[in-house]
Amino acid sequence: MVLSASDKTNVKSVFSKAGSQVDDLLGEALERMFTTYPQTKTYFPHFDLHHGSAQIKAHGKKVGAALVEACNHIDDIAGALSKLSDLHAQKLRVDPVNFKLLGQCFLVVVAIHFPSVLTPEVHASLDKFLCAVSAVLTAKYR
Amino acid sequence: AEEKQLITSIWSKVNVEECGAEALARLLIVYPWTQRFFSSFGNLSSPTAIVGNPKVRAHGKKVLTSFGEAIKNLDNIKTTYAKLSELHCDKLHVDPENFRLLGDILIIVLASHFARDFTPACQFAWQKLVGVVAHALARKYH
Repeated sequence: MVLSASDKTNVKSVFSKAGSQVDDLLGEALERMFTTYPQTKTYFPHFDLHHGSAQIKAHGKKVGAALVEACNHIDDIAGALSKLSDLHAQKLRVDPVNFKLLGQCFLVVVAIHFPSVLTPEVHASLDKFLCAVSAVLTAKYR
Repeated sequence: AEEKQLITSIWSKVNVEECGAEALARLLIVYPWTQRFFSSFGNLSSPTAIVGNPKVRAHGKKVLTSFGEAIKNLDNIKTTYAKLSELHCDKLHVDPENFRLLGDILIIVLASHFARDFTPACQFAWQKLVGVVAHALARKYH
């Protein structure tokens, strides 16, 4: 999956529009993921997963920061997320299928909060970007 | 029963023609390889062409109207779609993965239209529904 120049522009436009709301967006995406795909909760037995949980908020911030980092280094996502890639391979070992689920929920949240930003072209670019990020995070799994 | 409520309450406000057209157009734009099934549709050369293509609009309406049948027969989706399943296998030769892709896209379109009304509980119910529909359509494959 190769990101074209216009893909990169589109992705940056989403994160620029989201600004500091990225943390909240990811918190909401996580919450939706836990509700929509209950099996994803199995990775967070140590979390309070109720609506408004401080732990979900904190985790949303972490994930959001990683996505922003990937966006800011969109020409070298593998480099930017190298440490996170190691972490997911060695410690977290989240089954690859789950990145798609979080990706879907993130797209839903962007659609809810920024419907005018998520044109079909931007939707395509963002989906590609999320695939690229997932690929990096699972690259060292085996 | 609550899930059925969440489904029908959203559905009652859906403009089937607009929503169907948008969902199909986005499918063809976000996952361009799905265009393989629509070589007779004319100009699919760009997102703008796809969105404005009258055959895409008409087919999107057809598909979503059929979805409405599932919603009218929530207890009996498998039977409702038995013939359509055979059609998609024997005549149309559509890989069932495409039903899942369209289902995910439909969720995003609904989210963009209903915003906060598309609650996590709603998303859960609808994600379940599109899964059941996809499964029903794949059921008669051989």
